Amino acid sequence: MQSDEMVEEKKVTIKIKGIRDGLLISLGEGEWPVVQEELLQQIMERSAFFQGARVALDVGNHILHAADMGILRDKLSDSGVSLWALLSNSPTTERTSQMLGLATRISTPKPERVIRARSTSLSGDNAMLVKRTLRSGFKVSSAGHVVVIGDVNPGAEVSAGGNVVVWGRLRGSVHAGVDGDKTAVICALEMSPKQLRIDEVIGALPLKPEEHVLPEIALIQGGQIVFQEWKQKERGR
Amino acid sequence: MTATIVTITSGKGGVGKTTTTANVAIALAELGEKVVCIDGDIGLRNLDIVMGLENRIVYDLVDVIEGRCRLRQAMIRDKRMSELYLIPAAQTRDKSSVSPSDMVRLCDQLRDEFDWVLIDSSAGIERGFRNALAPADIVLVVTNPEVSAVRDADRIIGLVEAEEKGPAKLVINRLNPELVKRGDMLTAEDVVELLAVELVGIVPEDQSVVVSTNRGQPVVMEAKTKAGQAFRNVALRLQGQEVPFLDLDERKDIFQKLSNMLRSGGD
Ligand SMILES: Nc1ncnc2c1ncn2[C@@H]1O[C@H](COP(=O)(O)OP(=O)(O)OP(=O)(O)O)[C@@H](O)[C@H]1O
Ligand SMILES: [Mg+2]
Repeated sequence: MQSDEMVEEKKVTIKIKGIRDGLLISLGEGEWPVVQEELLQQIMERSAFFQGARVALDVGNHILHAADMGILRDKLSDSGVSLWALLSNSPTTERTSQMLGLATRISTPKPERVIRARSTSLSGDNAMLVKRTLRSGFKVSSAGHVVVIGDVNPGAEVSAGGNVVVWGRLRGSVHAGVDGDKTAVICALEMSPKQLRIDEVIGALPLKPEEHVLPEIALIQGGQIVFQEWKQKERGR
Repeated sequence: MTATIVTITSGKGGVGKTTTTANVAIALAELGEKVVCIDGDIGLRNLDIVMGLENRIVYDLVDVIEGRCRLRQAMIRDKRMSELYLIPAAQTRDKSSVSPSDMVRLCDQLRDEFDWVLIDSSAGIERGFRNALAPADIVLVVTNPEVSAVRDADRIIGLVEAEEKGPAKLVINRLNPELVKRGDMLTAEDVVELLAVELVGIVPEDQSVVVSTNRGQPVVMEAKTKAGQAFRNVALRLQGQEVPFLDLDERKDIFQKLSNMLRSGGD
């Protein structure tokens, strides 16, 4: 779709743009109910154009909770629009969309988002804390480090620009150092992932006896992913 | 009286939601509770068949929501019990005829009159699931002890948490002790370890379920069946009673371990 258009309103700005994966709709500032109403109104007015569209929604600075987002998704689906991604400047909103199984990145991000994603100063405060078990179908991605307090179940995915620490059982898929950081590491109290990747290297998990579970750290050594016991002294890296 | 609204759902289809809804409803009614079941599987109604009430349907859920009849008129009383009712699903309508807020409104009307409202939901994460989830106080996720069903159950449990309706409770249905013994089926312990939610029932694979379903006489009405006993236990646990899990196979150690595990889980 190559339609590139802009609809201006006095109160609420709504920009609609064709992207590779369907439509990208960016919402301006304002009270959320008003913004949502305006969005639905515009979709209704041009229902033929929107019918069956796959939409990524950029909500900017709006903070949405699970309930709001659920309502929005239902209303959109009632008008024949399927919401697959929700972009936001608010970490809370991002987390909520991830919980609802929505993507929080699209392949052609906004310029300022790229800057954020490329920031390589991986300091301690640039970490995302996920205090729950990630269940099948749920995805967490962050430009910084990701710390999961809970399990990563089969079918769940974590991707991070930096390190990934799982304070629990890692049984899903993890990709650390997604932006090319070969020094990134993946740690877990129990390491039995479906798939591990650091930068571009894919790790194969050695078969090991189930009984003896030790915290392990995975890192790149000699172009391969190796697993080591996760000990105190290795944490400084 | 203020009812507890229990939604029965699953990730994968065909795992036994409708069977669970019918049997737990009857078990609760036998315990003297006032119960109403709602068939939330619009377009694929079958709770009425399993309960043996099909030939008494006049109005359905969509008729109530669209105002073609009063709520009372759509409630079919199960004459075998003193206080058990069914609100059937519409056969010919699609899921979009009902919205989540319709369901909340409907359940609010039922709250004052009943102890329990049980909603049989459709499988998966689409509209039917959202409708059934909206009014829920408790979500019962049904799974079979199979890797793919458990994976889908995990996803549903995650969505229930995301909608702030969690933590869900778990029923493992169709456990086959023979297969477990041979190591060809996940144990209940394996399933609980992965899903990490409260287990409220382990129902064995039992041919009498199929026989009784075909007769419109849920298995729980037959005193001696293991599946019936297991469903009665689900009802007791929903009431908040502590009931030990049935010894479904001869290998005591697994169930010993499981019940220890649950106890140390602290619920
Ligand atoms: N414990 C059991 N032992 C043997 N058969 C069972 C058991 N539980 C359910 N069944 C059978 O499995 C089939 C599916 O059950 P049921 O209709 O309850 O599943 P469901 O989850 O409601 O399916 P759907 O997703 O289609 O609504 C039925 O034929 C039922 O008789
Ligand atoms: Mg069913």
